[in-house]
Amino acid sequence: MYFQLFWSFVQIGLLSFGGGYAALPLIQQQIVTIRGWLTLQEFTDVVTISQMTPGPIALNAASFVGSQLLGIPGAIIATIGNVLPSLVIVLILAWFYFRYRSLKLIQGMLYGLRPAVVALIASAGLSILFLALFNRPTLPESLHEVSWFAVVFFCLGFVFMRRKKPNPIMIILGSGLVVVVVYLLGIPI
Amino acid sequence: MLFWTLFSRTFLLSAFTVGGGYVIVPLMRKTFVEKLAWIEESEMLDLIAIAQSSPGPIAVNTSILIGYKIAGVPGALITLFGTILPPLIILTLFSYVYHIIRDNKIMRALFYGMSIGVAVVILDAVTSMATTIVSKRKILPVFMMIGAFILAITLNIHIVVIILSCAAIGILVTLLASWRERKNQNAGTAP
Repeated sequence: MYFQLFWSFVQIGLLSFGGGYAALPLIQQQIVTIRGWLTLQEFTDVVTISQMTPGPIALNAASFVGSQLLGIPGAIIATIGNVLPSLVIVLILAWFYFRYRSLKLIQGMLYGLRPAVVALIASAGLSILFLALFNRPTLPESLHEVSWFAVVFFCLGFVFMRRKKPNPIMIILGSGLVVVVVYLLGIPI
Repeated sequence: MLFWTLFSRTFLLSAFTVGGGYVIVPLMRKTFVEKLAWIEESEMLDLIAIAQSSPGPIAVNTSILIGYKIAGVPGALITLFGTILPPLIILTLFSYVYHIIRDNKIMRALFYGMSIGVAVVILDAVTSMATTIVSKRKILPVFMMIGAFILAITLNIHIVVIILSCAAIGILVTLLASWRERKNQNAGTAP
Protein backbone atom coordinates (compact mmCIF):
# COMPACT_ATOMS: atom_id res chain seq x y z
CA MET A 1 0.00 0.00 0.00
CA TYR A 2 2.75 2.47 0.95
CA PHE A 3 4.64 1.55 -2.18
CA GLN A 4 1.57 1.78 -4.42
CA LEU A 5 0.82 5.24 -3.05
CA PHE A 6 4.44 6.31 -3.53
CA TRP A 7 4.60 4.88 -7.06
CA SER A 8 1.31 6.48 -8.16
CA PHE A 9 2.56 9.91 -7.16
CA VAL A 10 5.98 9.32 -8.74
CA GLN A 11 4.13 8.77 -12.03
CA ILE A 12 2.00 11.87 -11.51
CA GLY A 13 5.11 13.95 -10.77
CA LEU A 14 7.06 12.49 -13.68
CA LEU A 15 4.40 13.11 -16.32
CA SER A 16 2.78 16.41 -15.36
CA PHE A 17 4.40 18.83 -17.80
CA GLY A 18 3.14 22.40 -17.79
CA GLY A 19 2.48 22.88 -14.08
CA GLY A 20 -0.76 23.55 -12.27
CA TYR A 21 -3.67 21.97 -14.06
CA ALA A 22 -1.48 19.53 -16.01
CA ALA A 23 -1.46 17.25 -12.97
CA LEU A 24 -5.27 17.05 -12.87
CA PRO A 25 -5.89 14.39 -15.55
CA LEU A 26 -3.01 12.30 -14.19
CA ILE A 27 -4.28 12.43 -10.62
CA GLN A 28 -7.75 11.58 -11.85
CA GLN A 29 -6.52 8.57 -13.80
CA GLN A 30 -4.17 7.25 -11.10
CA ILE A 31 -6.25 7.92 -7.99
CA VAL A 32 -9.84 7.68 -9.24
CA THR A 33 -9.78 5.41 -12.31
CA ILE A 34 -6.94 2.95 -11.68
CA ARG A 35 -6.69 2.71 -7.89
CA GLY A 36 -10.19 3.79 -6.88
CA TRP A 37 -8.78 5.54 -3.79
CA LEU A 38 -11.08 8.54 -4.21
CA THR A 39 -14.50 8.87 -5.83
CA LEU A 40 -14.84 11.50 -8.56
CA GLN A 41 -16.83 13.54 -6.03
CA GLU A 42 -13.96 13.46 -3.52
CA PHE A 43 -11.47 14.23 -6.30
CA THR A 44 -13.55 17.29 -7.25
CA ASP A 45 -13.53 18.39 -3.60
CA VAL A 46 -9.72 18.04 -3.52
CA VAL A 47 -9.39 20.15 -6.66
CA THR A 48 -11.72 22.77 -5.19
CA ILE A 49 -9.78 22.90 -1.94
CA SER A 50 -6.47 22.98 -3.81
CA GLN A 51 -7.59 26.11 -5.63
CA MET A 52 -8.52 27.82 -2.37
CA THR A 53 -5.46 26.85 -0.34
CA PRO A 54 -1.90 27.90 -1.08
CA GLY A 55 0.40 25.52 -2.89
CA PRO A 56 0.41 23.53 -6.12
CA ILE A 57 -2.61 21.29 -6.86
CA ALA A 58 -0.53 18.13 -7.24
CA LEU A 59 1.10 18.63 -3.84
CA ASN A 60 -2.22 19.40 -2.20
CA ALA A 61 -3.76 16.30 -3.76
CA ALA A 62 -0.78 14.21 -2.66
CA SER A 63 -1.09 15.37 0.95
CA PHE A 64 -4.86 14.93 0.95
CA VAL A 65 -4.95 11.47 -0.64
CA GLY A 66 -1.99 10.27 1.44
CA SER A 67 -3.51 11.35 4.73
CA GLN A 68 -6.97 10.03 3.80
CA LEU A 69 -5.47 6.61 3.10
CA LEU A 70 -2.66 6.22 5.59
CA GLY A 71 -2.65 9.23 7.89
CA ILE A 72 0.33 11.57 8.23
CA PRO A 73 2.93 8.99 7.04
CA GLY A 74 0.81 8.55 3.91
CA ALA A 75 0.76 12.31 3.30
CA ILE A 76 4.54 12.48 3.64
CA ILE A 77 5.14 9.47 1.37
CA ALA A 78 2.81 10.74 -1.36
CA THR A 79 4.39 14.21 -1.24
CA ILE A 80 7.93 12.83 -1.46
CA GLY A 81 6.89 10.58 -4.36
CA ASN A 82 5.36 13.57 -6.11
CA VAL A 83 8.45 15.80 -5.93
CA LEU A 84 11.16 13.14 -6.39
CA PRO A 85 11.02 13.14 -10.23
CA SER A 86 11.12 16.97 -10.19
CA LEU A 87 14.19 16.97 -7.98
CA VAL A 88 16.12 14.51 -10.14
CA ILE A 89 15.09 15.90 -13.54
CA VAL A 90 15.44 19.58 -12.65
CA LEU A 91 18.93 19.04 -11.23
CA ILE A 92 20.02 17.07 -14.32
CA LEU A 93 18.60 19.76 -16.63
CA ALA A 94 20.23 22.53 -14.62
CA TRP A 95 23.56 20.74 -14.87
CA PHE A 96 23.20 20.34 -18.65
CA TYR A 97 22.03 23.89 -19.02
CA PHE A 98 24.94 25.45 -17.17
CA ARG A 99 27.24 23.26 -19.23
CA TYR A 100 25.88 23.57 -22.76
CA ARG A 101 23.47 26.54 -22.58
CA SER A 102 21.07 24.83 -24.99
CA LEU A 103 17.76 23.13 -24.44
CA LYS A 104 16.85 22.35 -28.04
CA LEU A 105 15.62 18.76 -27.57
CA ILE A 106 13.63 19.75 -24.51
CA GLN A 107 12.03 22.60 -26.43
CA GLY A 108 11.14 20.11 -29.17
CA MET A 109 9.55 17.84 -26.60
CA LEU A 110 7.54 20.78 -25.20
CA TYR A 111 6.39 21.66 -28.73
CA GLY A 112 4.74 18.24 -28.90
CA LEU A 113 3.53 18.23 -25.30
CA ARG A 114 1.75 21.58 -25.19
CA PRO A 115 -1.23 20.60 -27.38
CA ALA A 116 -1.54 17.23 -25.61
CA VAL A 117 -1.53 18.92 -22.19
CA VAL A 118 -4.31 21.32 -23.22
CA ALA A 119 -6.39 18.39 -24.49
CA LEU A 120 -5.88 16.38 -21.29
CA ILE A 121 -6.70 19.31 -19.01
CA ALA A 122 -9.84 19.89 -21.09
CA SER A 123 -10.91 16.28 -20.53
CA ALA A 124 -10.33 16.50 -16.76
CA GLY A 125 -12.18 19.85 -16.63
CA LEU A 126 -15.09 18.36 -18.56
CA SER A 127 -15.47 15.43 -16.18
CA ILE A 128 -15.66 17.87 -13.25
CA LEU A 129 -18.22 19.94 -15.18
CA PHE A 130 -20.29 16.89 -16.17
CA LEU A 131 -20.35 15.69 -12.57
CA ALA A 132 -21.79 19.06 -11.54
CA LEU A 133 -24.29 19.31 -14.41
CA PHE A 134 -25.39 15.68 -14.85
CA ASN A 135 -24.30 14.02 -11.59
CA ARG A 136 -22.08 11.67 -13.64
CA PRO A 137 -18.69 12.15 -15.32
CA THR A 138 -19.98 11.51 -18.86
CA LEU A 139 -22.73 12.96 -21.04
CA PRO A 140 -26.23 12.22 -19.68
CA GLU A 141 -28.37 9.41 -21.03
CA SER A 142 -31.60 11.29 -20.54
CA LEU A 143 -32.60 14.91 -19.97
CA HIS A 144 -33.88 14.05 -16.47
CA GLU A 145 -30.28 13.83 -15.31
CA VAL A 146 -29.52 17.42 -16.31
CA SER A 147 -29.44 20.05 -13.58
CA TRP A 148 -30.70 23.05 -15.59
CA PHE A 149 -29.87 25.39 -12.75
CA ALA A 150 -26.22 24.27 -12.92
CA VAL A 151 -26.15 24.55 -16.74
CA VAL A 152 -27.38 28.15 -16.68
CA PHE A 153 -25.20 29.03 -13.71
CA PHE A 154 -22.10 27.58 -15.42
CA CYS A 155 -22.77 29.46 -18.66
CA LEU A 156 -23.22 32.77 -16.82
CA GLY A 157 -20.04 32.13 -14.81
CA PHE A 158 -18.06 31.25 -17.93
CA VAL A 159 -19.13 34.38 -19.81
CA PHE A 160 -18.36 36.52 -16.74
CA MET A 161 -14.92 34.88 -16.41
CA ARG A 162 -14.02 35.43 -20.10
CA ARG A 163 -15.25 39.04 -20.13
CA LYS A 164 -14.14 40.41 -16.76
CA LYS A 165 -11.15 38.17 -15.92
CA PRO A 166 -11.84 38.18 -12.17
CA ASN A 167 -9.60 36.44 -9.64
CA PRO A 168 -10.32 32.67 -9.92
CA ILE A 169 -10.71 32.40 -6.16
CA MET A 170 -13.51 34.97 -6.25
CA ILE A 171 -15.29 32.94 -8.97
CA ILE A 172 -14.99 29.68 -7.00
CA LEU A 173 -15.96 31.16 -3.64
CA GLY A 174 -18.72 33.26 -5.20
CA SER A 175 -20.23 30.23 -6.96
CA GLY A 176 -20.18 28.30 -3.67
CA LEU A 177 -21.91 31.10 -1.79
CA VAL A 178 -24.59 31.60 -4.46
CA VAL A 179 -25.49 27.90 -4.34
CA VAL A 180 -25.60 27.95 -0.52
CA VAL A 181 -28.04 30.90 -0.67
CA VAL A 182 -30.14 29.11 -3.31
CA TYR A 183 -30.16 26.00 -1.11
CA LEU A 184 -31.13 27.94 2.03
CA LEU A 185 -33.97 29.61 0.13
CA GLY A 186 -35.29 26.11 -0.54
CA ILE A 187 -35.10 26.38 -4.33
CA PRO A 188 -34.51 22.90 -5.79
CA ILE A 189 -31.17 22.66 -7.61
CA MET B 1 22.00 31.51 8.44
CA LEU B 2 22.07 31.07 4.64
CA PHE B 3 20.12 27.84 4.90
CA TRP B 4 17.67 29.38 7.35
CA THR B 5 16.99 32.29 4.96
CA LEU B 6 16.50 29.87 2.06
CA PHE B 7 14.11 27.79 4.13
CA SER B 8 12.10 30.61 5.68
CA ARG B 9 11.69 32.55 2.41
CA THR B 10 10.43 29.56 0.44
CA PHE B 11 8.27 28.39 3.35
CA LEU B 12 6.54 31.78 3.67
CA LEU B 13 6.00 32.11 -0.09
CA SER B 14 4.46 28.66 -0.26
CA ALA B 15 2.35 29.11 2.87
CA PHE B 16 0.76 32.44 2.00
CA THR B 17 0.52 32.54 -1.79
CA VAL B 18 -2.80 31.35 -3.13
CA GLY B 19 -3.00 30.81 -6.88
CA GLY B 20 -0.29 28.27 -7.62
CA GLY B 21 2.94 28.46 -9.57
CA TYR B 22 2.07 31.37 -11.81
CA VAL B 23 1.75 33.59 -8.74
CA ILE B 24 4.50 32.06 -6.58
CA VAL B 25 7.24 32.15 -9.23
CA PRO B 26 7.10 35.96 -9.82
CA LEU B 27 7.22 36.44 -6.04
CA MET B 28 10.27 34.16 -5.84
CA ARG B 29 11.92 36.30 -8.50
CA LYS B 30 11.14 39.43 -6.49
CA THR B 31 12.54 37.90 -3.30
CA PHE B 32 15.76 36.39 -4.65
CA VAL B 33 16.56 38.88 -7.45
CA GLU B 34 15.34 42.22 -6.10
CA LYS B 35 15.29 41.96 -2.31
CA LEU B 36 18.18 39.59 -1.57
CA ALA B 37 20.04 40.15 -4.89
CA TRP B 38 21.39 36.58 -4.75
CA ILE B 39 20.53 35.78 -8.38
CA GLU B 40 20.88 37.98 -11.47
CA GLU B 41 17.79 38.85 -13.45
CA SER B 42 18.86 37.09 -16.68
CA GLU B 43 19.90 33.96 -14.84
CA MET B 44 16.58 33.88 -13.00
CA LEU B 45 14.74 33.97 -16.34
CA ASP B 46 16.80 30.98 -17.48
CA LEU B 47 16.01 29.12 -14.26
CA ILE B 48 12.28 29.77 -14.72
CA ALA B 49 12.53 28.47 -18.32
CA ILE B 50 14.11 25.25 -17.05
CA ALA B 51 11.45 24.95 -14.33
CA GLN B 52 8.70 25.28 -16.94
CA SER B 53 10.34 22.67 -19.19
CA SER B 54 10.52 20.06 -16.41
CA PRO B 55 7.71 17.85 -15.17
CA GLY B 56 6.11 18.59 -11.83
CA PRO B 57 4.79 21.77 -10.20
CA ILE B 58 6.55 24.90 -11.52
CA ALA B 59 6.82 26.41 -8.03
CA VAL B 60 8.56 23.26 -6.76
CA ASN B 61 10.92 23.17 -9.75
CA THR B 62 11.79 26.86 -9.41
CA SER B 63 12.50 26.53 -5.70
CA ILE B 64 14.81 23.54 -6.35
CA LEU B 65 16.73 25.56 -8.96
CA ILE B 66 17.06 28.61 -6.71
CA GLY B 67 18.40 26.47 -3.86
CA TYR B 68 20.80 24.68 -6.21
CA LYS B 69 22.07 27.93 -7.71
CA ILE B 70 22.73 29.48 -4.30
CA ALA B 71 23.98 26.54 -2.23
CA GLY B 72 24.29 23.43 -4.43
CA VAL B 73 22.40 20.20 -3.79
CA PRO B 74 21.98 20.85 -0.02
CA GLY B 75 20.46 24.22 -0.89
CA ALA B 76 18.09 22.54 -3.36
CA LEU B 77 16.92 20.12 -0.67
CA ILE B 78 16.35 22.98 1.79
CA THR B 79 14.25 25.10 -0.60
CA LEU B 80 12.34 22.01 -1.73
CA PHE B 81 11.56 21.22 1.91
CA GLY B 82 10.44 24.82 2.53
CA THR B 83 8.09 24.69 -0.45
CA ILE B 84 6.43 21.33 0.24
CA LEU B 85 5.98 21.71 3.99
CA PRO B 86 3.05 24.22 4.00
CA PRO B 87 0.77 22.25 1.62
CA LEU B 88 1.62 19.09 3.55
CA ILE B 89 0.51 20.64 6.84
CA ILE B 90 -2.53 22.51 5.50
CA LEU B 91 -3.97 19.63 3.46
CA THR B 92 -3.36 17.02 6.16
CA LEU B 93 -5.31 19.21 8.57
CA PHE B 94 -8.00 19.72 5.95
CA SER B 95 -8.34 16.00 5.29
CA TYR B 96 -9.29 15.50 8.97
CA VAL B 97 -11.80 18.35 8.87
CA TYR B 98 -13.18 17.03 5.56
CA HIS B 99 -14.39 13.84 7.25
CA ILE B 100 -16.47 15.91 9.66
CA ILE B 101 -17.95 18.42 7.22
CA ARG B 102 -18.43 16.46 4.02
CA ASP B 103 -21.90 15.11 4.83
CA ASN B 104 -23.22 18.42 6.17
CA LYS B 105 -25.90 19.63 3.75
CA ILE B 106 -24.85 23.27 3.71
CA MET B 107 -21.20 22.32 3.21
CA ARG B 108 -22.32 19.98 0.41
CA ALA B 109 -24.15 22.90 -1.26
CA LEU B 110 -21.06 25.08 -0.82
CA PHE B 111 -18.76 22.45 -2.34
CA TYR B 112 -21.24 21.79 -5.14
CA GLY B 113 -21.35 25.48 -6.02
CA MET B 114 -17.58 25.75 -5.79
CA SER B 115 -17.16 22.76 -8.11
CA ILE B 116 -19.11 24.67 -10.78
CA GLY B 117 -16.75 27.60 -10.15
CA VAL B 118 -13.75 25.27 -10.51
CA ALA B 119 -15.13 23.99 -13.84
CA VAL B 120 -15.47 27.62 -14.99
CA VAL B 121 -11.88 28.41 -13.98
CA ILE B 122 -10.38 25.28 -15.58
CA LEU B 123 -12.32 25.59 -18.83
CA ASP B 124 -11.45 29.30 -18.99
CA ALA B 125 -7.75 28.37 -18.72
CA VAL B 126 -8.20 25.65 -21.36
CA THR B 127 -9.90 28.14 -23.71
CA SER B 128 -6.99 30.58 -23.37
CA MET B 129 -4.37 27.85 -23.90
CA ALA B 130 -6.20 26.38 -26.91
CA THR B 131 -6.60 29.87 -28.43
CA THR B 132 -2.82 30.41 -28.14
CA ILE B 133 -2.15 27.13 -29.95
CA VAL B 134 -4.72 27.76 -32.70
CA SER B 135 -3.58 31.38 -33.23
CA LYS B 136 -0.09 30.20 -34.25
CA ARG B 137 -1.69 28.80 -37.42
CA LYS B 138 0.35 25.61 -37.55
CA ILE B 139 -1.54 22.49 -38.57
CA LEU B 140 0.33 19.84 -36.59
CA PRO B 141 -0.20 21.20 -33.03
CA VAL B 142 -3.91 21.82 -33.68
CA PHE B 143 -4.26 18.32 -35.14
CA MET B 144 -2.44 16.83 -32.13
CA MET B 145 -4.60 18.77 -29.69
CA ILE B 146 -7.85 17.58 -31.26
CA GLY B 147 -6.52 14.02 -31.64
CA ALA B 148 -5.36 13.84 -28.02
CA PHE B 149 -8.69 15.20 -26.82
CA ILE B 150 -10.69 12.60 -28.76
CA LEU B 151 -8.41 9.79 -27.57
CA ALA B 152 -8.68 10.98 -23.96
CA ILE B 153 -12.47 11.27 -23.79
CA THR B 154 -13.71 8.46 -26.03
CA LEU B 155 -11.20 5.63 -25.79
CA ASN B 156 -9.85 4.38 -22.55
CA ILE B 157 -6.23 5.07 -23.49
CA HIS B 158 -3.73 5.53 -20.70
CA ILE B 159 -2.67 9.18 -20.46
CA VAL B 160 0.98 8.09 -20.36
CA VAL B 161 0.66 6.77 -23.93
CA ILE B 162 -0.77 10.08 -25.14
CA ILE B 163 1.89 12.16 -23.36
CA LEU B 164 4.83 10.03 -24.47
CA SER B 165 3.72 9.81 -28.11
CA CYS B 166 3.16 13.58 -28.34
CA ALA B 167 6.59 14.20 -26.77
CA ALA B 168 8.13 11.82 -29.31
CA ILE B 169 6.39 13.61 -32.21
CA GLY B 170 7.67 16.96 -30.90
CA ILE B 171 11.25 15.70 -30.68
CA LEU B 172 11.09 14.12 -34.15
CA VAL B 173 9.72 17.29 -35.74
CA THR B 174 12.44 19.40 -34.08
CA LEU B 175 15.20 17.00 -35.16
CA LEU B 176 13.85 16.95 -38.72
CA ALA B 177 13.68 20.76 -38.81
CA SER B 178 17.25 21.21 -37.59
CA TRP B 179 18.48 18.51 -39.99
CA ARG B 180 16.77 20.26 -42.91
CA GLU B 181 18.20 23.60 -41.79
CA ARG B 182 21.71 22.17 -41.75
CA LYS B 183 21.20 20.64 -45.20
CA ASN B 184 20.00 23.98 -46.58
CA GLN B 185 22.98 25.75 -45.05
CA ASN B 186 25.33 23.22 -46.62
CA ALA B 187 23.62 23.61 -49.98
CA GLY B 188 23.83 27.40 -49.66
CA THR B 189 27.55 27.47 -48.84
CA ALA B 190 28.49 24.85 -51.45
CA PRO B 191 30.36 26.31 -54.45
